[in-house]
Amino acid sequence: MSLLSVDNISVRYGQLTALRKASIKVDEGETLFVTGPNGAGKSTLLKAIAGVVTPREGFIQFAGKHIAGKAPEDIARLGFSMVPEGREVFGGLSIDENLRLGTGMRADKDQVAKDMEQIYAVFPMLKDRKDQQAGVLSGGQQQMLVIGRALMAGPKLIAIDEPSLGLAPKVIDDVYSTLIRLRDSRGLTLLIVEQSATRASLTGGRMVLMRSGEVALEGDARELVKGDALRQAYFGYGEH
Amino acid sequence: MTALLQVLFDALSLGSLYALGALGIALIFGVMRLVNFAHGDYIAFCVFAMLWPSIDAAAIVFAGNLPTIILVPFILAVGAGLSVLSEIVVFRRFRNANPATMMIASFALGFVIKYFLLMLYSSRPKSIDLWSNLTQQIEFFGARIPPLQVITIVVTIVILIALTAFLKRTRFGLEMRAAAENFTMARMLGVRANRVIMLAFAVSGMLAAAIGLILVTQTGTVDINMGANLMLVAFVATVIGGLGSLPGAVLAGYLIGAATVIMQVVLPPDARPFRDAFVYGAVIAMLVWRPNGLFTSKATKQRV
Repeated sequence: MSLLSVDNISVRYGQLTALRKASIKVDEGETLFVTGPNGAGKSTLLKAIAGVVTPREGFIQFAGKHIAGKAPEDIARLGFSMVPEGREVFGGLSIDENLRLGTGMRADKDQVAKDMEQIYAVFPMLKDRKDQQAGVLSGGQQQMLVIGRALMAGPKLIAIDEPSLGLAPKVIDDVYSTLIRLRDSRGLTLLIVEQSATRASLTGGRMVLMRSGEVALEGDARELVKGDALRQAYFGYGEH
Repeated sequence: MTALLQVLFDALSLGSLYALGALGIALIFGVMRLVNFAHGDYIAFCVFAMLWPSIDAAAIVFAGNLPTIILVPFILAVGAGLSVLSEIVVFRRFRNANPATMMIASFALGFVIKYFLLMLYSSRPKSIDLWSNLTQQIEFFGARIPPLQVITIVVTIVILIALTAFLKRTRFGLEMRAAAENFTMARMLGVRANRVIMLAFAVSGMLAAAIGLILVTQTGTVDINMGANLMLVAFVATVIGGLGSLPGAVLAGYLIGAATVIMQVVLPPDARPFRDAFVYGAVIAMLVWRPNGLFTSKATKQRV
């Protein structure tokens, strides 16, 4: 039984169909990359799971519960932690407050302080500036902050939308090495939307390729990048 | 010196009322992009809650006879209750509507409350004697200051400090600030939308009740339109302050209070009847200079 299973969901924005009967499954402890060109429906897929947009049809199951059409806060409370596109830090809140916001729904209050220490150990630069407004952080630091914030919510699964968007290559390396470290040390389940298939293959895990709102291809990230099928499915894909 | 002291006290006490009003509006705007024009009618409703329904010219004081220590919490509870009720009954259904629709809904709600009061109490202003000894002026370094002015200023400062502490030090406050900045993201971190919005309405309603108590003591009359003018000024203050910014709303409330009092003093006598025109002229100049208000909140830039 998968931790998350999305079964034939469709989402429309007015006349525009963003998702057509898309299905994915994420098992506990695995990393799934969702890749594909702009407008393929990757972000919409995450938003539908998070409850920000409501699918017109199909089922979504998370942690054994049907969640399609539920409120975002109820889905978050089941252990689905989202890092949306554009990061969405609370610029007016301090770094510490950003990290603490998601802990309100946790039942294991004594674990919260320990987790906080761990997060600060992983991201020492956040600790140094914990009382400053989060708005002053650079893009890369904000990305670290929102990953930390998602972890502080004590999730079963973290979904990250385009962690590398707008970041310098060196910073992207840092973000991914941190993600891999966290994944391996904590056994995290990750669902990552990433335009760069190469990045997915470097990180390892399963990969689905989306095109025009549909899942076009599915398989091991490394195998797919090596083979020719990906290039054909994702026309225009280059090395980067 | 004396004149200066008088102006200072007048400005601060008038500004306090505007600041409290602006805060009540800004709180709701922050969490749900709603400019609640029914806010002024909440003020009137809270004051009428002290009276027994009757259409006589003389007010039949009912709850108003309670000892102060019970009366104040009672009226605050009425304000919070009415405000939360209007959220549940009316505004919840417009949660995802566009801001203009919500604003019209708030106008409609305002009319409903106003005509409800009209039915029960008639439109005649009534006089009521609540803590009238507070308006007896006392001499203070030559300036004539009613104790109520001092109380208004002190109460406002206490409310501002308490609200700041609530917003900065409690989890509810943290969730409210986060929701004001980015509601969707806050919800994705488990912040319960209904709870935060209801809390904002409750606080806003209590602020309306506090204004009602101060106004009725000051004027000694109850009138179904008593909150309307204040609501208008308070709304202007939230715009000047930068919609959604709480410190901005408070500061702008005090600024408008100060501008009003100072204009009253410095304008030539012939121009004084047109004082408000000068005040709003200054408001327009201010908005030309800074169209987004004194403090632009990030949320406003992103979403409006």
